[in-house]
Amino acid sequence: MDVDRPLPSPITPEAKPFWDGCKAEKLMLPRCEECAHVFFYPRILCPRCHSRRVGWMQASGRGTLHSFEIAHQAFQKAWKIKPPYVLAMVQLEEGPRLMSNLINVEASPKAIKCDMPVEVVFTKVSDEVTLPLFQPRR
Amino acid sequence: MATVSDRQRELRNTACIVGVDESDQIGTLPNTSQLSLHLEAISNAVRDAGLKVRDVDGIFTAGQHSPATLGEALGVKPRYVDGTTVGGCSFIIMVGHAVAALHHGLCDVAVVSHGESGRSGTGVTRTRDTALSGQFEFPYGFGGATSYFGMITTRHMHEHGTTLEQWAQVAVSTRKWAALNPKARFRDPITVADVLNSRPVSYPFNLLNICLVTDAGGAVVLTRADRAKDCAKPPVYVRGFGEATEHVMVTQMEDLASSAATRLAGERAFSMAGVSAKDFNHVMLYDAFTSGPPIMLESLGIAKPGEGVQFFAEGRSTPGGRLPINTNGGGLSYTHSGMYGIFPIIEATRQVRGECGARQVPGVSCSLVNGMGGMLSAAGTLVLAGGR
Repeated sequence: MDVDRPLPSPITPEAKPFWDGCKAEKLMLPRCEECAHVFFYPRILCPRCHSRRVGWMQASGRGTLHSFEIAHQAFQKAWKIKPPYVLAMVQLEEGPRLMSNLINVEASPKAIKCDMPVEVVFTKVSDEVTLPLFQPRR
Repeated sequence: MATVSDRQRELRNTACIVGVDESDQIGTLPNTSQLSLHLEAISNAVRDAGLKVRDVDGIFTAGQHSPATLGEALGVKPRYVDGTTVGGCSFIIMVGHAVAALHHGLCDVAVVSHGESGRSGTGVTRTRDTALSGQFEFPYGFGGATSYFGMITTRHMHEHGTTLEQWAQVAVSTRKWAALNPKARFRDPITVADVLNSRPVSYPFNLLNICLVTDAGGAVVLTRADRAKDCAKPPVYVRGFGEATEHVMVTQMEDLASSAATRLAGERAFSMAGVSAKDFNHVMLYDAFTSGPPIMLESLGIAKPGEGVQFFAEGRSTPGGRLPINTNGGGLSYTHSGMYGIFPIIEATRQVRGECGARQVPGVSCSLVNGMGGMLSAAGTLVLAGGR
């Protein structure tokens, strides 16, 4: 399969459950076992209470588009997808934000608004990697 | 409200900027290595101070070369080194570090140096820490400051109703200053329409919303106030300084439309200096993007949330305006090598000295320098003032 974008690299040990989850089409988020804070990116202590007891939860895959850009050029050498494409920051229902792409939408500020509801679309990009992309919620 | 300790406040006006300069040339310099840009800037700034390179015993630098590399190249064995690298504002932060080191006698002549072959890549070994971006940003096409700073900008527009025309006004204002600076790369006047019609790079940014990419060096020399009186030019006092860091990746920002790091750094610097917004008659703000300076004014509490752009409207920030901003022509039109933070310090010093020729702002007594590292991730603020 032709890879048209940079693959996540290096996958760190503390983030492996996230990437394994994506492969199984589950959006897994780290959650503090002490204070229940859900956060992203994965790390070995809770950034709110600093407990080292970090577990995982499955997220709903729903959120809102916190912010976006409409890129008219590539910002990575390995990026082969034709512009324009949408760089997205998603605010998940569970609290944390993550970067992604907004797909299945016209790449225009007329069609895309901050805070619009979005949902995850798991997109297999190689045999090893599935990415959580997002689309307008139907 | 972040305040500083009495012990930090005691550092007020204890040290001065006594020398500043750029490298011999700035712009597109394929035949000048990054290390040479440092050495040119240091020798020029030391000469500006009326000192000798051999007087330097504290070396402060950020970026790819360590202070040890600069010491080796200069043939100097420094007593004190600082290689704090938190982005383009590192040099602004280091001015505060230098004041502390000078006060405690850890060094007597401190040089803060920047050299970056950002455009030509001459003598550059590019290495970047991409462990987190490589996993959580690059697979979606992010990479380079434009792809991140636009997120902050789009959110600001959503929350405050800021418009593309208002951001463009920042570029127009800054170009008016560049027209008066012989060292500026772009000096021809531009209009709001020119900005809006320039090549789309990544909405909400067109090309003229984005800083230059140049090769340039710059250096700042500091010494204690007692010794500063013997230097070649009038001393410029470091009345206050503040620093803060919040995040690296923009997803981790508390509030995308303002900068916690900038707010904290500013509060610390103003608290140390004993000043408020109304005391400044000259302002330098790190302008990697047109949206940066207005957001900084808001984060610093100088403008109300959403109203930073009004400081650039109706000529308020331009030559002859009520509050001149980015009088060197900024990263948008003068120079931007990658880590721009040394250059606003140089310009503020020259303005306080009154040596800026056609672009001189009359009677600059107190100048504000504020810069960011990364995407408003880190911040450094300085309050610089003329003779006490």
